[in-house]
Amino acid sequence: MPKIIKNREIIDDQWTTLAEPEQELETTPESTNIIVNLAYWLENKEALTARKGKVGVLLLGSDEPETFQEELKHIDLIAVDFPKFGDGRGYSISRILRERFNFTHEIRAVGDVLRDQLRFMERCGFDAYALRADKDMNEALASFASLSVEYQSDVLEKRPIYARRP
Amino acid sequence: MYAYKEYDQLLLNERVEQFRDQTQRFFKGELSEEEFLILRLQNGLYVQRHAPLLRVAVPYGMLNSTQVRKLAHIAKTYDKGYAHISTRQNVQFNWPKMADVPDILAELASVQMHAVQTSGNCIRNTTIDQFAGVAVNEVADPRPYCEIIRQWSTFHPEFAFLPRKFKIAVSAATDEDRAAIRFNDIGLRLVENAAGEIGFNVFVGGGLGRTPIAGSLINEFLPPKHLLSYLEAVLRVYNRYGRRDNKYKARIKILVKALTPDVFRDKVAEEWKHLVNTALDLPDAEVKQMQECFPEPAYEALEDNPAALMSAKKDSSAFSIWYRQNTDNHKKSGYRIVTLSLKPISVAPGDVTTDQLIAIADMADQYSFGEVRTTHNQNVVLADVKQELLYELWEKLKSFDFATANIHTINDIICCPGGDFCALANAKSIPIAEQIQRKFDDYDYVYDIGEISLNISGCMNACSHHHIGNIGVLGVDKKGKEFYQVSLGGDSGFDAAVGKIIGPSFKEEEVANVIETIIKFYIDQRIEGETFLMTYQRIGMAPFKEKVYAKNN
Ligand code: SF4
Repeated sequence: MPKIIKNREIIDDQWTTLAEPEQELETTPESTNIIVNLAYWLENKEALTARKGKVGVLLLGSDEPETFQEELKHIDLIAVDFPKFGDGRGYSISRILRERFNFTHEIRAVGDVLRDQLRFMERCGFDAYALRADKDMNEALASFASLSVEYQSDVLEKRPIYARRP
Repeated sequence: MYAYKEYDQLLLNERVEQFRDQTQRFFKGELSEEEFLILRLQNGLYVQRHAPLLRVAVPYGMLNSTQVRKLAHIAKTYDKGYAHISTRQNVQFNWPKMADVPDILAELASVQMHAVQTSGNCIRNTTIDQFAGVAVNEVADPRPYCEIIRQWSTFHPEFAFLPRKFKIAVSAATDEDRAAIRFNDIGLRLVENAAGEIGFNVFVGGGLGRTPIAGSLINEFLPPKHLLSYLEAVLRVYNRYGRRDNKYKARIKILVKALTPDVFRDKVAEEWKHLVNTALDLPDAEVKQMQECFPEPAYEALEDNPAALMSAKKDSSAFSIWYRQNTDNHKKSGYRIVTLSLKPISVAPGDVTTDQLIAIADMADQYSFGEVRTTHNQNVVLADVKQELLYELWEKLKSFDFATANIHTINDIICCPGGDFCALANAKSIPIAEQIQRKFDDYDYVYDIGEISLNISGCMNACSHHHIGNIGVLGVDKKGKEFYQVSLGGDSGFDAAVGKIIGPSFKEEEVANVIETIIKFYIDQRIEGETFLMTYQRIGMAPFKEKVYAKNN
């Protein structure tokens, strides 16, 4: 079973991403937790929520949580795709999900996810990371703690530095 | 100036170790070129034509003498004995070894300096009016706000991977914009409203490069309390909707233009609704605390125009000319702002040697409370010099080649490293600057020409802001040959104008002659009291064009 980092620990991934849900769903057991793309979710949400397994939704950088905020209460996980390391749209998406829409389930970073961005992601509300396959997860865990001083207000720490200063 | 608190220093030390680890992983092959590229760019490290280029941040252009001595030490130990002041008030080293960079960063950290976010697609060093805090006409000292912005933008978790680089400039002077704020991604101008309260004009979407455009005013009065929430709203809209498919269309100016400034403003307002009145609010107490981090130096009660100054001006016409060209009024009587020219003839504009850096530090200690400023015109400023000591200082400046009385003249050329150093260049720029300086070597004539700006960029990236020089020169490549395009009428001030191209480009050896023709024509045409820009604005491009190309044929 593939591994991911969740809450700073390496665990077995409990979810299966269906790149082509139309074809793959038939052969996927009822109880498997699945991740499908947003368009498929929007068209098939009744059937999907009726399944035994949980359903997560994969968002692209261009997807806007504002346009489907009503759906969020039926969604058990959101995966945000980073097509490239340097494409930072996912950071804003995650903050909006957490801070504006109070989404409390897992938000997972997928795609070109490397250790040097994990703490930034965490501060923006991500709690799970599917590291790029060629990277060492144990080493990556160390990078969460490389910078201990953070000036800004973020998802985890509302108070900016000036409100925390002794 | 702002002195680091414990946590500022801790962060910097950790950053040095983080980058050391990243560099080691790169050398061990654990990081690919491309992965390391993004990481090193976040730390000001480029790979240039000859060697890596390390860009060191000088937050809003302020340095103390200890930092300047450290830069001198780095120039001597790790480079070829000189450093370069950039048009973003930063300092660049052109010849460090990649493997030495972690050590250089550790040296910098020991004096509260770093290279964080001096490159890459993130929020860059905030630039400022180099006379901030000492200028005569200022609404308030803008530096405390710049430090607040520095802290907010340093390792901001949401905005480390923007579509493209992002530059903020701040100015508070009422009479002049010395920071070219309308040609930044965000320009903030401190103003006072009718009720006597202070707030910001917010301009968005200005910039140069391939699509030069002046920023649009999207907020006429932003109270300081909301500074960070509003900046965060602008950045979030940009981060989500800025183009990422084409790096030439990725700056915020393209987004603002595509949406129109009005629609962009509405989008920001919509986003801001969710951010205002949250933890991002900046309480008055915090602004006040930050203001206390910029205490006024221990000025003495002095009179303007002391006898020592008056007699020196009378006795030495060279001194008196220097006084007129290279010094400016100070808000305190008995003091003067001194600009050191880094542009004597045949030196690459903005270059300083190790010895010169040490001399600057010594003079700052002796004459200016130990503080030094860099300017976006690539000069250096000693901001608080007693008028009675100006003559003594001038003698020293001369011996270090800092006293060329050419500030704001045609010889005060802003020039990028160009083809001699920069991998992106289409053409050389430094030799063009030298050619022009040689052409205008008669200083009586230079002063008669009066106030003018001349900017030379080696390519469309416009690092020297050629679009907003009164005269701009741009290196272009024509079938492998270096040519130069000349533009007129650029204005970096409040009126913010982009220069217009005069016509077909010129060969390298023609450039100085063309500039001479343009200047001669202006002198013929000007009305008493007009600067070059005023004459150009009055008579327009056509007569200049006719003159220049008629002569060429
Ligand atoms: S303008 Fe072009 S040539 Fe000059 S420094 Fe910038 S990128 Fe290099």
